[in-house]
Amino acid sequence: MLRLEDVHTYYGNIHALRGVSLEVEEGEIVCLIGANGAGKSTTLMTISGVLRPARGRVLFGDEEIQEVRPDAIVARGICQVPEGRRIFPRLTVRENLEMGAFLRHDHRAVEAGLERVFTLFPVLRERVSQLGGTLSGGEQQMLAIARALMASPRLLLLDEPSLGLAPLMVQQIYAIIREINAAGTTIFLVEQNAHMALRVARRGYVMETGQVVLADRAPALLENEMVRKVYLGEV
Amino acid sequence: MSRALRPLAYGVWAALLALPLMGPLRAALLGGVVLVMTLAFLGARALSRRPLGSALRQQAAGLGRAIRQQAAAIPRPLLAGLVGAGLLLFPHVASRYHIDVATLVGIYVVLALGLNVVVGLAGLLDLGYVAFYAVGAYAFAILGTRAEVSFWAALPIGAILAAIFGILLGIPVLRLRGDYLAIVTLGFGEMIRITLNNWDAFTNGPNGILNIPRPSVLGFALRDPMYHYYLILGLGLFTVWVIGRLNNSWVGRAWIAMREDELAAEAMGINVMRMKLLAFAMGATWAGFAGVFFASKQTFISPESFTFFESVIILSMVVFGGMGSIPGVILGAAILVILPEVMREFAFYRMLLFGGAMVLMMVLRPQGLLPNPRRKVELHPGEERLGAAA
Repeated sequence: MLRLEDVHTYYGNIHALRGVSLEVEEGEIVCLIGANGAGKSTTLMTISGVLRPARGRVLFGDEEIQEVRPDAIVARGICQVPEGRRIFPRLTVRENLEMGAFLRHDHRAVEAGLERVFTLFPVLRERVSQLGGTLSGGEQQMLAIARALMASPRLLLLDEPSLGLAPLMVQQIYAIIREINAAGTTIFLVEQNAHMALRVARRGYVMETGQVVLADRAPALLENEMVRKVYLGEV
Repeated sequence: MSRALRPLAYGVWAALLALPLMGPLRAALLGGVVLVMTLAFLGARALSRRPLGSALRQQAAGLGRAIRQQAAAIPRPLLAGLVGAGLLLFPHVASRYHIDVATLVGIYVVLALGLNVVVGLAGLLDLGYVAFYAVGAYAFAILGTRAEVSFWAALPIGAILAAIFGILLGIPVLRLRGDYLAIVTLGFGEMIRITLNNWDAFTNGPNGILNIPRPSVLGFALRDPMYHYYLILGLGLFTVWVIGRLNNSWVGRAWIAMREDELAAEAMGINVMRMKLLAFAMGATWAGFAGVFFASKQTFISPESFTFFESVIILSMVVFGGMGSIPGVILGAAILVILPEVMREFAFYRMLLFGGAMVLMMVLRPQGLLPNPRRKVELHPGEERLGAAA
């Protein structure tokens, strides 16, 4: 469904991605783990079109999308939940969700989408007319994911969904990620919380200084000695 | 600093500030006035904290609520009818001077509403807005005196030209934000003014352009100020209508999202670049309309009418009234035009008082007179959270 082939991306002079290749198949949950500054978020930004790669190809289905504008990529069915949630703090929960459906003009489909995310996140229904900025961190993360779902993407990109959340909330968020995947949305997620991500994902990639250094099925990565040492903090 | 010394400090500060401008005697007097006023203000505040004062305040709040309820009870069509009738009848009861001031208010309402699109809705700080006003005015001045283009034909031409200039400004600043954007727009405004000032062959330089035709209907020139009043009233209402619609459309939504968080807006599939250009173009359009009207009303324009100070005043109207709020911006424009007129009797001190009023206003009510509800939250986040918890 999604394939990156030898992608190089620069931030000004910084060579952030040094030839990344990876693949996400339809229906999978795939995770990308790695330390701070390894290039995980850059990878997501390159996929969603905010950054343009200097070299290499990004394929969605059979089409190259590395030159496509970010809004057109959303229209094709890739939606990103950015790092740090970035909900609209001064819009209500409902308005936030409606912004997610910005590109959809079928009113009834949008209403159905609202119902769907309210079923997934009942707490958002309770908070529907509250301003986004007044939600707790966990609720904001739920809102961010729900907002992305409103675009009814085929591929959902999640950047650090567990960032800054209490352990119990992390469990809850990951349970919902599983549920979204079971309902048919492919998920590619980036995490520092390697343990949680690898337990939910089917496959995983490990990134270091702009390159993929390891790729395997998630359970195998959980057993991998290097991963255990560096990312799971075991000795 | 001790609390008791504060009024004294304010008085000395005001006196020192005014010293070079007014000389020692008047400066001392002003310092004294500030001292007394500060004392009075602090006294009143202390009083309002005590039971008696807070009871008074509650009464006042209750009264305010009652008035608002009464106002809400008046059917909206009736209210609109009353306001409309007032606006229509105004020039028949007012003096020529008052009609002129009202017309000026109208021009600034259109300008401020246009700038409000850029600053209030899209969140792009534009310090060179007057450039588009100048484009509209010069478009008609040149076309009207040299090509005999009529006022009515010039209105859309001026607006479209201004919109094109808006896009020309927009393209290089697409990736700029905040302070950087403000500085580039400031430079752009000055560039336009200096070009108008120096391009003698085309704009007649600092001498300006004379004998710009009046608006006319069926060959009759509309000379009476009353007609100008009605024209700008119509233009103002049209502006309010279009911007009100825009505000609630998907375009308005996209602007608000962009202002809140550009990256998140992009992730929602909003074409941020296009929306920014649209905001600059839409904002400039109204300045173009106002410029054509201004040129035709004055029959004479020169680059002097389009200085940086004008941009600042228009921006002040938007901030003063309440960014992003249409009634607020209208009120802001009206007050900032009328206030200096009312203060004419203070002659020498007029602009000083005007400046003082603005400082006071921004300290006491930073969200503007009639704030947009969202802006209020930004400036008083604590209250909102309390409200949510209650």
